[in-house]
Amino acid sequence: MGHTGLNAASPDELAGLLERHAYLTDDGLATACFLALRMGRPLFLEGEAGVGKTELAKTLARVLGAPLIRLQCHEGLDASQALYDWDFPRQLLHLRAAEAAGVADVARLEGELYDRRFLLARPLLQALETSPSVLLVDEVDRADDEFEAFLLEVLSDFTITVPELGTIRAEAPPVVVVTSNRTREVHDALKRRCLYHWLEHPSFEREVAIIRRRLPDAAERLAGRVARAAQRLRERDLLKPPGVAETIDWTEALVALGARDLDPGTAAVTLGAVLKYREDQQRVLAGGLDALLGGA
Amino acid sequence: MRDVTETMVGFARTLRAAGGPADPQRVQTMLEAVGHLDVLDPGDVYWAGRLALCAGPADIERYDRCFAAYFSGATPRPGRKAPPVVVRRAASPRPGDGEGGDGRALRSAASSTVEVLRDRDVGRLTAAERAEVARLIAVLDAGAEHRPSRRFAPAPGGRIDPARTVRETLRRGGEIAPLRRTRRTRPRRVVIIVDVSGSMSPYADALLRFAHAAARSGGRGVEVFSAGTRLTRLTRELRFRDPDAAMAAASAAIPDWSGGTRLGEELEEFLDRFGQRGLARGAIVVVASDGWERGDAALLGEQMARLRRLAHRVIWANPHRARPGYAPLTAGMAAALPHVDDFTSGHSLGALAALAHLIKGRPHARRPR
Repeated sequence: MGHTGLNAASPDELAGLLERHAYLTDDGLATACFLALRMGRPLFLEGEAGVGKTELAKTLARVLGAPLIRLQCHEGLDASQALYDWDFPRQLLHLRAAEAAGVADVARLEGELYDRRFLLARPLLQALETSPSVLLVDEVDRADDEFEAFLLEVLSDFTITVPELGTIRAEAPPVVVVTSNRTREVHDALKRRCLYHWLEHPSFEREVAIIRRRLPDAAERLAGRVARAAQRLRERDLLKPPGVAETIDWTEALVALGARDLDPGTAAVTLGAVLKYREDQQRVLAGGLDALLGGA
Repeated sequence: MRDVTETMVGFARTLRAAGGPADPQRVQTMLEAVGHLDVLDPGDVYWAGRLALCAGPADIERYDRCFAAYFSGATPRPGRKAPPVVVRRAASPRPGDGEGGDGRALRSAASSTVEVLRDRDVGRLTAAERAEVARLIAVLDAGAEHRPSRRFAPAPGGRIDPARTVRETLRRGGEIAPLRRTRRTRPRRVVIIVDVSGSMSPYADALLRFAHAAARSGGRGVEVFSAGTRLTRLTRELRFRDPDAAMAAASAAIPDWSGGTRLGEELEEFLDRFGQRGLARGAIVVVASDGWERGDAALLGEQMARLRRLAHRVIWANPHRARPGYAPLTAGMAAALPHVDDFTSGHSLGALAALAHLIKGRPHARRPR
């Protein structure tokens, strides 16, 4: 099983393609993506918030030139929101129109009611019907465990059965990226279907490279200082250590202010871009910004 | 030289022996993955295995250890040896057993022991009584209070269910018969944090058994942690159905039995790693501790305030509360108490049953706020 639109022969080549779309990977992630594409397996990504799980799915979609179909999970998510739903108002309208036109063939009319055009495709069905596509099942840990059961069904066969219509099969299975923040353990059966990868915060050098790649306007010195400060913040005891997403936001804020370097003054006024909890800000300010920014 | 499949399967067996999730389906995935990569490149082999044979961040360290050991030719050293656990099998007095011969007398004696044991402090029982209490704790029903769910169920009263009404109307050829629905309910999540420090050691076993009973009645909605000097998630260990097996697994997992207490820090870690992300939101949180805090009591107060803001209800069970003349004077207890909805004891079988009622949402010892 393979995916259309992929022309990478090795993990390194795929890493190159991803980099061209401003996403820097390491060996592990590149191999994970490569195997997911080659084996047609869903990729299960776990890691701290803001390490780039969602961004990876978006970039994969750009690399493959395929649309990204996103299913944001939440508590109480059910089949009619994730798979499909019948469009009752339109069915009713159709019935009324047929009545007005005086249609006599009742059997045919009834058959027409459960036609594909009255079926509203929700993300999972949409992904099976769009080929090629990238399906992002975001924060699956937020959905109830019942939901995982039918997600498992869709992800193992790439088919959806609509009782009134029959089985809908994907022409070519979509590329699937499942992300989780580990607020609860996801069922093993689901994980077993997937390739599992744990995403770490990037190393200092890689983070500088990511900032430079995403924000070409940022001075090299600024990128280095911001990355260093972010690395130090992650070592602190914070409610929400900054992810790469926050580092990029912070740099963007500093660039917008015209800063070429990160000093305590500019850091203090832009701290809200990187620390989103009042307690965290207070803790860092109490520890002194010089300590955070000191050194090279 | 052995062929690739044999080598890789051998590696998977090593990993499984070390406790890794290397089931046949995952091994199949690994072999398929290796097929797409360069078998002679150690990096590729490493990643093919890691992507297929790990199921969580905790598995990665073990994987690395096994990988290094297997592919360097050495045998992996066994994992951390679990401390020996004395498991006492709870036995009920059986008629015809032991010294007496009169079955009827023994049976009536058994029912009256329940009454006697009900209010006895579990810290002061003999081994036999303790086993009997353990057996009785295991059958406590500690299901959780219900909360409204997002989903609906058909009901005789309530708001109109548009989809079902339209479907029914279609079925009846246009005649409208309004159908109604109300919200379904789901049990609330229950989080139980048991203090296993030295001062709590007479009660820790009974409280963990209670947590096990709660996990058995509440299913996946119950999360259990132990606190002392290190926060340990015990939910998976307590999934064993047999109480003694669950206790043995929990004892093996807890690294800080009978140590000190840094409850404030533990609670902070719980809230940072689990609570704030969703585990404590809308949950019923039970903290079973005597509040003898060695760390900063102010931190404990601060974290309890945070917990209160997240949780639906916070219950504090302090076994020492039942002692005559008890007053919450320890700094930790005094700091925590303003942020607690229910303050109860949990020192005896009867008190644990009362705690179960509290979790069920039938107030027994509601403190005026």
